[in-house]
Amino acid sequence: MTNVTVKDLTLDFGAVRVLDKLNIDIQEGEFLVLLGASGCGKSTLLNCIAGLLDISDGEIHIGGRNVTWEEPSERGIGMVFQSYALYPQMSVEGNLSFGLKNARVPKPEIAKRVARAAEILQIEPLLKRKPAALSGGQRQRVAIGRALVRDVDVFLFDEPLSNLDAKLRADLRVELKLLHQKLDNTMIYVTHDQVEAMTLADRIAIMRGGVVQQIASPSEVYDRPSNKYVAGFIGSPTINFFEGSITDGGREFLSADLHFPLTGYEATQGALTARPAWLGIRPEAVITGTDVAQQPFTADITVELVEPMGSDTLIYTTLAGTPFRFRMSGKASVAAGDTLKIGFDPAQGSLFDKTTEKRL
Amino acid sequence: MTDAPSNLGVTPRGAKPRKRLTPTNIMLYGTLFVASVYYLLPLYVMLVTSLKGMPEIRLGNVFAPPVEVTFEPWVKAWAQACTGINCDGLSRGFWNSVQILVPSVVISIAIASINGYALSLWKFKGSEVFFTILIFGAFIPYQVMIYPIVILLREAGEVLSAVTGTKIRLMGSIWGLVIVHTIFGMPILTLLFRNYFASVPEELFKAARVDGAGFWQIYFQIMLPMALPIFVVAIILQVTGIWNDFLFGVIFTKPDTYPMTVQLNNIVNSVQGVKEYNVNMAATMLTGLVPLIIYFASGKLFVRGIAAGAVKG
Repeated sequence: MTNVTVKDLTLDFGAVRVLDKLNIDIQEGEFLVLLGASGCGKSTLLNCIAGLLDISDGEIHIGGRNVTWEEPSERGIGMVFQSYALYPQMSVEGNLSFGLKNARVPKPEIAKRVARAAEILQIEPLLKRKPAALSGGQRQRVAIGRALVRDVDVFLFDEPLSNLDAKLRADLRVELKLLHQKLDNTMIYVTHDQVEAMTLADRIAIMRGGVVQQIASPSEVYDRPSNKYVAGFIGSPTINFFEGSITDGGREFLSADLHFPLTGYEATQGALTARPAWLGIRPEAVITGTDVAQQPFTADITVELVEPMGSDTLIYTTLAGTPFRFRMSGKASVAAGDTLKIGFDPAQGSLFDKTTEKRL
Repeated sequence: MTDAPSNLGVTPRGAKPRKRLTPTNIMLYGTLFVASVYYLLPLYVMLVTSLKGMPEIRLGNVFAPPVEVTFEPWVKAWAQACTGINCDGLSRGFWNSVQILVPSVVISIAIASINGYALSLWKFKGSEVFFTILIFGAFIPYQVMIYPIVILLREAGEVLSAVTGTKIRLMGSIWGLVIVHTIFGMPILTLLFRNYFASVPEELFKAARVDGAGFWQIYFQIMLPMALPIFVVAIILQVTGIWNDFLFGVIFTKPDTYPMTVQLNNIVNSVQGVKEYNVNMAATMLTGLVPLIIYFASGKLFVRGIAAGAVKG
């Protein structure tokens, strides 16, 4: 069953079109992540769904109801903000119950729901404190609690972890995932952090310039990006691109003087034909060591720079005239200037048309 | 090791030693001292003179402390000094000023804070234009508006009389002056509140909307408790401004309802009889007391609030 539907959503700020005829269907209980660089319209889209921005055209349905003209409080949503947005002069308890008091929920019911939210989020000892006396992680928990007590169908998160330090962010990320497993609510989550997107999402919607580029499961987005922008945006370190052309019959990709065999490539738009194109190879698809000889493509490279990261090591080099990065085990002992034999299967990479940049 | 010559034999460690008597410090404290003498000396002369009797004043030793301390000039200034035919001192002007001050301050701040709140958070079509026009009002010298306002108040009084059936006079009454003060406080106060509310994180406002709070609920339950410093600033601005006002007071009220400043002027500038310098000094200090007390009581809050409101525009 569909829970949130965005139909032909258009938003203009004066003469600027921020969102253009955007369509998204979100299933009940789904965790959808809106991912994109800053200014891509992802937060704007969330604000439109929440009803905090007046839209120019289109419809928004939540829980089977057309809520396009309804107030944020009537839409059955709870929202968590990046800056927590806790009411500074109210205690944690006051923050949690403010929305319920506004909705004239009876007092015993308020107490019950606050107690339940506090238990789920483990903030019971903090209920009497003011937000100023809480740490960043505790504040964000209270902010989540404020959405939780409202007993809504849909949770909206606007970069909720961006203000926290790296370790706390990782902890709360896990807690959020557990919370979603426990509550099974629909969640829409805006972030620019691809790790959050990959780990949390059932589906990721990658946005650019107010347009959804691809909406698919994390593995699909990662392995089969629908265009060159998505391929470059997802993945750290970034995917390697080779500029070149597909030869007649689609058996090989030519870049500089190198031949990349394409046998076994799963084309999305019919068989490959000769045309200028980009080949994208993920840094972790590269193999070194004993199994290299079995790879369809092999080359000898000179190591230019080594970045040891503990768990693994990044090697920077040049291949077919373009900079090339790949990942080795953290145990590898490599130094700049060494020569290495590497190999990979180009058919496991991604091919994009040179002009449209769409996946082939 | 190449230690600086002055540090020879001493290992630099801990807080760096500082000299007290440097040319910079002498200049700094010298200037501060001269400036404070410049401002405090007249105050000293006023205080000293107000505590002397007339024979002592006639000796002409302006700076000399009183030989015989007397509080009679203060009593006289408060309760007996004459303006025209009234001889009940400044007390009447004081109570008039209080009656003008309290409603003016309360009404102007109440309206301006709601104005600022609406203009910064509930933007509507044309809100920027509205704000620009309002601020433009702050730059028009108000002397040019006096005559139109006199007519407006007179006509408004007529209309009100006709509607209610009783005789209501706005021109020449305390309420007329209250209206004038409220209107003239509006541009600067609205600017103050708008800038303060603009610095409140927008997400707080959004969260309150998601929580189902409306215009007044957000104002009273969330914004108002956060805005106390700026309210203090507004109160100080209005209290000092309205209390010290002379021009509007003399134009829009009658002798019975003159505020304290106007009455002070009439006492000091009366041409009949002997010039009682001690009474004049006491009267002047009495009039200046209210803004002074307000300032000393809330100076710190004032500075903090001004800074808070000034950061974002």
